[in-house]
Amino acid sequence: MSNTNPPDSGDTAWQEYLTGGGASAGAAAAGGEGAAPPEGPAAPHRVIGTPPPAAARTMLPASGDGGARPPARELPPDPDDPVRARKAEFVVVACFLLAMLAGLGFLVAYGLIGVGSVTATLHSNLALGLTLAAALLLLAIGAVVWVRHLMPTVELTEQRHPMASDAKDKRAFKETWEEGAETSQFVKRPIVRRSLIAATVPLGIAPLFLLRDLGPLPGTSLDTTVWRKGLRLMTYGTNPPRPITPAEFSSPGGLISVGPEGYLDDDDAMAKAAVIIIKFRPGELQFAPGWRPVANKVVQNWTVDNIVAYSKICTHVGCPAALYEQTTHHILCPCHQSTFDATQGARVIFGPATRPLPQLPIGIDSQGFLIATGGFAVPVGPSFWERS
Amino acid sequence: MSWITARRRHPAATYAVLAFVLVLIGVGYAVVTTGGAATAAPQATASAAQIAEGHQLFEESCSSCHGIFAEGVSGQAPSLIGVGAAAVDFQVGTGRMPLAENSAEADRKTVRFTKAQIAALAAYIQSLGGGPPIPSAAQVNPGAGNYGLGQQLFVADCAACHNFVGAGGALTYGKYAPPLTASTPTQIYEAMLTGPEAMPVFNDLTITPQQKRDIIAYVTQVRSQPNPGGFSLGRVGPVTEGLVAFLGLLLFLVLAALWITAKHGKAHE
Amino acid sequence: MSVERALEGTGTWLDDRLHGARGARVLLRKVFPDHWSFLLGEIILYSFIILLLTGTLLSLWFQPSMTDVIYHGSYVPLRGVRMSEAYASTLNITFDVRGGLLLRQIHHWAADLFMAGIMAHMIRIFFTGAYRKPREINWLIGIVLFTLGLLEGLFGYSLPDDLLSGAGLRILEGVIQSVPLVGTYLAFFLFGGPFPGHVIIPRLYILHVLLIPGLILALVTAHLFLMFHQKHTQMPGKGRTNTNVVGAPMYPYFMAKTGAFFFFVFGACAVAAALVQVNPIWLYGPFNPVAISAGSQPDFYMGMLEGALRIMPAWQWVVFGHTFAFNVFVPGLLPLGLLFTGAAVWPFVEQWITGDRREHHVNDRPRNAPARTALGMAVITGYGIMWAEGANDLIADHLDVPLYWITWAARVGIFVGPVIAYIITKRICLGLQRKDSHLIEHGVETGIIRQLPGGEFVEETRPVDDERLAVLTSRADLPPLPSGETTQTDVPAPGMRGGLGRVRERLYKVVTESVPVASGHNGHGDGRAIEGNGHEGNGHEGDGHDRAAVGSGTSSPDAEDGHA
Repeated sequence: MSNTNPPDSGDTAWQEYLTGGGASAGAAAAGGEGAAPPEGPAAPHRVIGTPPPAAARTMLPASGDGGARPPARELPPDPDDPVRARKAEFVVVACFLLAMLAGLGFLVAYGLIGVGSVTATLHSNLALGLTLAAALLLLAIGAVVWVRHLMPTVELTEQRHPMASDAKDKRAFKETWEEGAETSQFVKRPIVRRSLIAATVPLGIAPLFLLRDLGPLPGTSLDTTVWRKGLRLMTYGTNPPRPITPAEFSSPGGLISVGPEGYLDDDDAMAKAAVIIIKFRPGELQFAPGWRPVANKVVQNWTVDNIVAYSKICTHVGCPAALYEQTTHHILCPCHQSTFDATQGARVIFGPATRPLPQLPIGIDSQGFLIATGGFAVPVGPSFWERS
Repeated sequence: MSWITARRRHPAATYAVLAFVLVLIGVGYAVVTTGGAATAAPQATASAAQIAEGHQLFEESCSSCHGIFAEGVSGQAPSLIGVGAAAVDFQVGTGRMPLAENSAEADRKTVRFTKAQIAALAAYIQSLGGGPPIPSAAQVNPGAGNYGLGQQLFVADCAACHNFVGAGGALTYGKYAPPLTASTPTQIYEAMLTGPEAMPVFNDLTITPQQKRDIIAYVTQVRSQPNPGGFSLGRVGPVTEGLVAFLGLLLFLVLAALWITAKHGKAHE
Repeated sequence: MSVERALEGTGTWLDDRLHGARGARVLLRKVFPDHWSFLLGEIILYSFIILLLTGTLLSLWFQPSMTDVIYHGSYVPLRGVRMSEAYASTLNITFDVRGGLLLRQIHHWAADLFMAGIMAHMIRIFFTGAYRKPREINWLIGIVLFTLGLLEGLFGYSLPDDLLSGAGLRILEGVIQSVPLVGTYLAFFLFGGPFPGHVIIPRLYILHVLLIPGLILALVTAHLFLMFHQKHTQMPGKGRTNTNVVGAPMYPYFMAKTGAFFFFVFGACAVAAALVQVNPIWLYGPFNPVAISAGSQPDFYMGMLEGALRIMPAWQWVVFGHTFAFNVFVPGLLPLGLLFTGAAVWPFVEQWITGDRREHHVNDRPRNAPARTALGMAVITGYGIMWAEGANDLIADHLDVPLYWITWAARVGIFVGPVIAYIITKRICLGLQRKDSHLIEHGVETGIIRQLPGGEFVEETRPVDDERLAVLTSRADLPPLPSGETTQTDVPAPGMRGGLGRVRERLYKVVTESVPVASGHNGHGDGRAIEGNGHEGNGHEGDGHDRAAVGSGTSSPDAEDGHA
């Protein structure tokens, strides 16, 4: 009822059955796929293991009589049901011919349908794709019908052998190995052995050393951005970029993405220097009592006319946090839903971010345009080990 | 001349002069103000009749939430003083107003008023406290916009809520940024200008009218752009692609495998 | 006729040089067992071949460079826009190369199918116990292949340098950066400086087209060779034992079927590429670090990591001027780390619990290993919850559920869900075992009602046919745990001692909880159709068929214990 377990590999009767009685190292060499034949002159051998008496018998299609010797052929020549096979043949040939036509269609479509616009690409993709798909699927269907209906149904049995090698082979291996080890002097002369290992260690490490110049050391570059006193805030995405005055950016609830003047096309700089400015009504922002940054408060000295500037780079893993809800004054980062309250110094109110968005100190220059009055007071963007 | 001076002591003469001067001032004022607003020309100057009609419509349909004087009701509906005609045209023109139920956000739905009625409402609200006017057809013309520039602005300031191509996205507490598939150029302009509900305000000095046209060009062109690769699966990204990979491709191949390995009814043994 | 002679001539020529006749004949007649679930691995293999073919063609046009260019190609809307060469070359492939879009889409769909196939295949192997001895090595190779596939896909869809995949690279950089001690160094070394830098795309390119495919190819070869050498497992059935393989020969049957399946896989990818748009990078636009879209997700096989990042509460630790950013590196490393490590050690843990060191070549039916199946469903549930959380904003938008509720539900569900899944699955498995036992004992209902002389109606049953009976009774009992040296002193056996030994004993009881296999008399005695078998109405169902621990040698049969 339950599966018979192969006996331990030390069982010699089993081994003899498998190896045909003459166990040798070469017997296991036939890919391990089945019983190895006995080494004899010109013995026609069957790879499928001849079952021992009272063990599983080879199951062949019932073309011979029960109890007689198994016939020389193992696969019947013709399908089971000739009538069905005729119909199947028709289906298979039809499939293959249609597949050929579809394949030709692919070649024709390639030649006839050009690309170069969205609509042309649409047509080309459709034509090439459908003809290719048809050719492949018809081939597949034809092949399956062929196997199922043109070939006779067959079930063969092949014997397994235990994965573990027999004891004799294992002994022989061990002896060969130990012989070689002894002859090589590797075991008997420890200084030679150890000096060999010592010689290879630096060579092994050498490629790792080569990786050092993959990039510069981070140093303090993560602590600062390009923002510094006097740089104008320029609207991002406009052509040409425009500076901003508080009189223009005067609608409460307004938001715009900005960047430092001169750096808008520098992706490396903008990846940390992107900033959003938001305009509030009087009384909405919760100001810190003094001039210094205080947790969960906006530094008033760093705002202009209730316009506050925050870093756009989310402090979770660095996506731009640009989703702003005017009614709740929440800044939401669309990547992982870190939510910051813009009236409270962009403090985190939900989500995986642990630090508020840094506030950029802004003021106005002599011409009335918004400028930065300094860099960020804290590092921008995701946390890292060296950040305190 | 002698005809007038001959009747200068007529009992109705005072009233006639008064009426004449009033008409003169009224028409003169209208002419002057129309001419001054040439660059941001509204669709039409509001006539007194339009404002009156708007007032009546407002009283019937809007004042129950927004207050008799459009001053707003705290906790229920905001004040409409100063929101401008553009806001009204947007909210009522997309069917969001009148609000059917008080949910997290007003949904775009069937428009309840005719174009003329919406114009009247807009004119009335504009008359209460000013605000952004309805943009002209020239202002919102997508043909005058640059798709590439619009795309850059859109992904910088709009896509975080509305998705790459304006397919919409989730906000907090049940709110959402709606898809932009049904919005007209005017509505897109008005939405940017007035910042409806949770949307920020992008006034004409921050995002200039030309930039707004660029954005409108992008939104209107990208949504009608054919999908050369086949069904777009909503243009929301890899989530729907993954569903197709599992429920389409893998399932199909499992069915093929079932067919290939199915046993015949007439198997030997 | 001449074809035959030509073949024979070629064969002789080769054989003269390679000594291949015997080995080749073994190969021709090699028996392959047949079950639909065995083709899941082929899905992966053929997807990989398709990826190699389409990928090679794509590499003829793709430019892996981040140098900025102004686009002047056929896609009019983006003309004049500044973008990287990589992005521009992808636009070129899409709109200026005939069949280019088709190649890109087949490549992407095949990649998705590759990963989906790996998941399905891995699940099949787990639930049928095909990872057991002697196939643990193949299981470990498979886990490595899974990891390599994840990386390969991630790097591949990042190559076009579009807005969506660029956001993914930004997240990758943020996660690497958060690793304590070495994070910033690793991030700077990978990106050649601060994000985005100018070298990440060319570096990912060489990883994607050379290094990782090379590793995958080598490991797949080893994987297949092992499968060949050890022979494939087979499903339980009549005539199938642990020492044979029953099926059809390689030549011509298996060759034909697997060839057909290759065309099915390729054809499915082609249909998808023709009809369903995937990765429309021209709509996403070129990458810039200031822009982001709502609904930004990675491809589905990275979805679990994305969900992990979203589900994690804001937890960090700043100590002595240094930050442990748990909120980032925990979700980045822990869930997948646990999953893969757990999967890798599971065959050995199971061996330790059950003490079963025999070879297994016949698969388990999942119901016959209730604890394993339940554990698998628990893991799948946890994985699935995190996967769904990765799409929480799309779910919120399209199913009208408030956004934060979904995250809270996932935070709770990640702990509660797997427990519930375990309990329910285990009960289902035991119920199915009970059903099998019932079938063996009482046979199949025929629908024929007979009236007995006494007036009662009974339904006739007929015995289960041989094929099915072989399957129903195929459960292999686990060997008992080693018992103590002497019964006098009760010294436990080695391996059963101490706290660990007690844990092992308890786990063994959990794992072996099952319904006993009926004694297989198949319908009361002799295989005839039975009349009223006298079991109606006498509380048959509750007569002690449940929950006896099978095979526990040392412990007293403690039927209420050990069902977790």
